[in-house]
Order: sequence, then C-alpha cells, then structure tokens
Amino acid sequence: MTTSYKVMPGPEHYLPPSASSMGIRLPDPGQAHIHGTIVPEEEAMEQAARQFLSAKVPTIFPGPLVLWAWNEKAAKKAKAVRYLYETIKESVDPKKQQAMLIPMPDYRPKYPKINPEVEINPNHPNLTIWHNKIDACMFVGVHCHQANLSLKIIRGGTNCYTVAMCAQAGHEDAMLSFRDATAEKIERLADWVKKLKGSVAPPE
Amino acid sequence: MSKERIKIAEELYDIMPPEYQDLVKKATYGNETRGWKDIGTAKELIEEHSLCAGCPESMAFRYILASLPNPEDTVMVGSTGCTSLVFPHVAVHNIHSLFGNQNAIASGLKRALSVRFPDRTKDVVVLAGDGATVDIGLDMTLQAWFRQEKFTTICFDNELYANTGGQESGLMQKGFVAKMAPVGKSFEKVRLPEIARESGCHYIVQCTVSKPNLIEKVIKNAIYVAREIGPTYLQIYTPCILEIGKNSMEGLQEMRDSEKPSERFAYKEFVSEPAKELLAELAAKEKERKAEAKRQLASQTVTV
Repeated sequence: MTTSYKVMPGPEHYLPPSASSMGIRLPDPGQAHIHGTIVPEEEAMEQAARQFLSAKVPTIFPGPLVLWAWNEKAAKKAKAVRYLYETIKESVDPKKQQAMLIPMPDYRPKYPKINPEVEINPNHPNLTIWHNKIDACMFVGVHCHQANLSLKIIRGGTNCYTVAMCAQAGHEDAMLSFRDATAEKIERLADWVKKLKGSVAPPE
Repeated sequence: MSKERIKIAEELYDIMPPEYQDLVKKATYGNETRGWKDIGTAKELIEEHSLCAGCPESMAFRYILASLPNPEDTVMVGSTGCTSLVFPHVAVHNIHSLFGNQNAIASGLKRALSVRFPDRTKDVVVLAGDGATVDIGLDMTLQAWFRQEKFTTICFDNELYANTGGQESGLMQKGFVAKMAPVGKSFEKVRLPEIARESGCHYIVQCTVSKPNLIEKVIKNAIYVAREIGPTYLQIYTPCILEIGKNSMEGLQEMRDSEKPSERFAYKEFVSEPAKELLAELAAKEKERKAEAKRQLASQTVTV
C-alpha cells in the first residue's frame, strides 16, 4: 500500500489520525522510518542527530522501562540514555540551546497537578512540551500504548519533532522511529551526535 | 513487581521527582509488620486521591493500603465506582474490571499467578462497591466463593450507588429515601455476610473504618486466611457523606453511630474452624516474635 501521508511536526489538529490508519507502515529489523518513509537505520541515526543539534530545546523523555532498574538490560539502557543526554548537552551551543532530560515515571493521570518542569505525563504530554518550549524530543522506555498516545497528542497540538527509540517494532506516530532499541543503539546515536557536532547550524 | 525490582536506575536517579524517590526510600514495602501506624511517618502507597473532602472511603483506602502484608506482591482488582477514581493513584498493581466482573477477574488472576509464580506468595484483593459486589456482580461474587477461590473480597458498602447520584442498591437499608430513589427502599438490606458464610467464605467481617487498629487486624486476617484456606469477605461501611446529607467532618461520627450494638453495622465476625486454627497459629508466632524483640531490646539496654 502506498500513501502520500507524511508524519510531520504539527500542530496537525485537535484529533490527528493515527499514522497507521493513514497507511504508514513499520520498518523491518535493521531499518527505521523518517516521516513514514522506510530508510536504513544509519540514515535515521544521522537525521535524529541533526534534529537534536538544530533544536532549541532537544529533550529526552525516558519512561518507566528505563527509569526503573528492573533488570540488567534496563540499567544498561539507563546508562546509555544518560550518555546520550550528556553528549547532546556538550554538543549544543549553551547560549542558544538547552538540552533537557525529563522523566515519565509512570502513567497515572496527574491532571491538573503535574509539574511540567520536572516530568511528563502521557495523558497530557503537550503541557510539558509547551511549558519548556521543547522542539525536538525522543521517547525511550515508554510502553507502546502510552507512547502512541503521547506521540499523537504531541503531533496534534505542538510543533515538536518526535523521535521514538522503541524496543519493539517502532512507532508510526513518531516523525522518526527506530526499532529493537538496545543500549548499544542508543550509544550509537550519541556517537552520531558527536560526529556531527559543529557541522549543524544552531537555531536562530 | 517484587521489592527487589522497586529501585530507580542509578544513572537517572537525580531526575526522578521526589515522590518516586520517597517510594523507594520511605515506603514500607517488604516490611511484614507494616500497618496503619506507619501513616504519617512512612511514604504512603496512595499518593493522592480524588475523592470528596472527608470521604470515609478515602480513610478506608489509606488504612487498607497501609495494612496489606505484602504490597509488592499484591494485585488489587477494582470495579467502577468512587474506588476507581483512586486506583490510578496507588503504588500497588491494580486492575480495573468491568462493572461486576471483579471476582471473575480475580479468580483467573489468582490462578494464573499461582502457576506463574509457584514459589512466591501472591495476594489478590478485590475492592469494589456494594453495587458491583451485591447487585450487578452478585453472580461473579458468589460463584468465586462457591469455587473456593483463594482471594479476599472487600466491599465498600455505602448503601447506594453514590457515584451516579444516589440510586437504590441491594445493601441500602429498608425505607431509605435517596435522591434517585424517592419512594424509599421497599425491602431489607441484603444480608451478604450471612450469604458469604453459607457460600463457603472462611473469614467474614462486617464493620466500619472508625477504628484503624481493628481494620488493620481484619485486613491482615482476611488476606492470611485467603492465602492458605479459601475465600474471605469484608463488608466495610464507608458512608457517602454527600448522599446521606452529611458534612465533611461528620463521616467518622456517622460510622461510630452505625456500629453501636443495636445498629446495622455492629461488628460481626465469622471464622471457620480451619481459619480459626490458622489464625491461632499466626497469633502464637506473632506473640513469640514480640517476645523475642522485647528480649533483644532488654539485652541491648543491659549492654548499654
């Protein structure tokens, strides 16, 4: 099935269609997707790194699967996430850009008590995006359903560029999605950020 | 999730909001002697609740969560009603079932957990309102008891459908007039504790939440008996202050008034013979544990 639909930064509209209903398909192992187009994983790595380096507020949203050290793999991924964050932080222009690391500790609805400065909630992720003026973000360690929900809300109501570092088959609703995430894959993305440091124009 | 797994990834510890750090450092997971007295000094497993100010159900919820002997290995099954507004805020695994389906869900869950974790104690606790337990879900409630399913059923009895505006329920007292039941209830309150006894429950208590010590004891007893012997049932009066025309501060008094010996929530208990033996055994162990603790304290004092 071919589709002309592209998963692009919003705001799309109040209730955007799910990307899968518009014909967007998930990548196979070794692949990723950019705006719904299947590409080799390395191409997506470069694109994601460029997005982080050109954003005013590049942000990582780690979810419960990496925030809680429930097995060795999770602890390793948490380490890799921290490494990626530190790499982005070192690679951006501190006068113009601010890298952030904001957790999604669980999925309990917290409206209206959420503190958007310190956490993000899947039921109203737009509050954290708006409050911190986040223009590029990456989800990692968020359970599939909650990630889909968040990604759709973000696409519907904000202009933020979304990246999904998914441990399963990827997310159609992200603008760029990896699949089969491992600690090594996250570190590889950090290496791409390092590699492109200084070659991407910072935001005006 | 077992207690060993409730730890934050070291690398991301600093970005976790304080309430989650407290949950790991100050919550009473893994403490067999946990109880309502931890409230105020330890991190509670209920972060916040969205119930009305002064709601007795919120008191009951806090006491129950503080009294669970094994919260890290407990799954609670809830049903539609005011309780379902609280479940999203608790740090205990929970399932929201279809209205009335809670005991059927709990049956399958308990069996699955026994197969999946044969070497670990997993408790299942149903917590539902009177509509879910006695009216819409009576079939599932009774069938679980007939089958001798090993879990605890707790009914928050507020004697009407409070969440939807005050309709008549089977546990409403005879003659009571509610907002959506203007003619008054025409038949007696269903005697579910008696039905539970005849249906095979091994430990049954009817009470209010005016005495936290008592609530802690009955919750623990009900869970211990359900673990080892068979179904247990607690019917707890948690009046809806809005629906009975009371103010926020009057909930406690309403419960005290309703538990007088001649009133409908006078303390009532039934314990089967096997359950009596088990509880006696546990009481003896507890006595021994306390004596040992006392001896140790005395020896430390002498040393000092």
